[in-house]
Amino acid sequence: MKLRTSLLGLAIASVAFGASAAECTNDTWNKVMERGKIVVGVKADYKPWGYRDTNGDLVGMEIDMAKDVAAKMGVELELVPVQSSNRMQFLEAGDIDLMIATMSDRKDRREIVGIIGPNYYTSGTNVLAPKAVGLKTWEDLRGKPVCGKQGAFYNQIVEERYGAEIIAFTGNAEAKQALRDRKCIAWVYDDSSIGSDLASGEWNEFEMPLSSEDDNPWGLAVPLAEKDCVFGQFMSGMQYNWHRSGALIALEKKWGIQPTAYLEKKAERYSDWLVD
Amino acid sequence: MEDYFRELAEQAPRWNFIWMYDERQQGKILSGIWMTINLSIACVIFSVIIGVVGAWMQGAKSAIVRGIVQAYIQFFRNTPPFVQLLFFYFALGQFTPAVVGEDGWTVTPIISNVGWAIIALSFFAGAFNVEIFRAGIEAVPDSTREAAESLGFSRLQTYTEVVLPLAFRVSLPALNNNLVNLVKTTTQALAIAVPELLYQARTIWSDFPSAQYPTMILVWVVYILLVGVLVFGMHRWERAMRIPGYGQ
Repeated sequence: MKLRTSLLGLAIASVAFGASAAECTNDTWNKVMERGKIVVGVKADYKPWGYRDTNGDLVGMEIDMAKDVAAKMGVELELVPVQSSNRMQFLEAGDIDLMIATMSDRKDRREIVGIIGPNYYTSGTNVLAPKAVGLKTWEDLRGKPVCGKQGAFYNQIVEERYGAEIIAFTGNAEAKQALRDRKCIAWVYDDSSIGSDLASGEWNEFEMPLSSEDDNPWGLAVPLAEKDCVFGQFMSGMQYNWHRSGALIALEKKWGIQPTAYLEKKAERYSDWLVD
Repeated sequence: MEDYFRELAEQAPRWNFIWMYDERQQGKILSGIWMTINLSIACVIFSVIIGVVGAWMQGAKSAIVRGIVQAYIQFFRNTPPFVQLLFFYFALGQFTPAVVGEDGWTVTPIISNVGWAIIALSFFAGAFNVEIFRAGIEAVPDSTREAAESLGFSRLQTYTEVVLPLAFRVSLPALNNNLVNLVKTTTQALAIAVPELLYQARTIWSDFPSAQYPTMILVWVVYILLVGVLVFGMHRWERAMRIPGYGQ
């Protein structure tokens, strides 16, 4: 009886493995290895995760992560700037092999691109608003013009939940300029990014007055077909080890990002997998 | 109908025709189409007026007036409309009078982003229209003009009563082309957050990635129809204005 069960188990397992082996073509992984170059989609307007320095080079925390990925794979790195509204399409179309572009890990996005855990970062939604306005609660936004960025999932939430009138621009630069030009009462965005803006000293007349909402983990993504194959498993391991070794916390510090409890908790949890 | 698309969305995760059953998204699409139509009509009318007036000014006696028209054409024809939109809205928008809102912070400029889009795109297409009408005017024989002059027409009368009606017929095919381009260029107004069709479509497929393909196809179809209506109308007009023996 026992033998029968285990034999049956073995049979099922071999079928399952056989099936998944057949499904895994590892096209992207093989392509990257063959041409000796990985193309990573990153942000170019999201300081300090991905932006252009004064020389015009793409730099930032996520670019450093991409560099590490290329180094571990032993291939060259090519960076392609993507926008919130087209990043998934870039990956789907095969224009990029990997996407590390400040993307929130959302259920409906998982059906389109291969998002793998553990999530490397997390952020909530908040607003950057002039101190002069004195915002107190989210309700203060009702009926007011609020600048946003096209492609951010919380635009709709803020519109529906608090009745704000979202004016969405294609890039962060335009949206922030519109706030400075007083075309809107606030700029709704990730709290972590607003935090770095405030720390930069260029926004002294402004504040982040509300309590962050909708805390959302960030996910990097490989093509959907590669999610459970070599590439996906490899990226999962990369993220796990970034957490375990404290590399993400070090990067956070390097780029002057406010330390998040999330990274500390993860580093502690993964530092020794025997400890609960 | 609504149930059909709701079911389809569940069965095929990439084919979520969300604006067929979700009222809010439907509203976005409809308001986007309406804005695109308004933007197109306003820009077509203003750009044609600019073209007619500009072409007339090009034939002015004063070298200064001719110089101004030339400078205008060079300025608008040689810069991308995308850059013009950003420049008008962000740079020139600073200098227009504005009303301070009750919150003490927001200022509402008297020219909104939609206003700037109409101004920028009209002037952009207008620069081409001036040249298009100039070509038509130059095709009117000198003898015709001289005949009008000898009948006692003033310069303005000659232009409006004799030259322009003839020149217009010659210019129509080229004008047609430029106006089609203008309608398609209105999509660039999304750079300054004008809520036209492409802006709304992008909002929808960012919020609902599953609706990406259907929404892209919808945008495609709407532009084909919009431009189709414009081309149809222009062709009808061309035929209606045909003078036997003149052109064609």
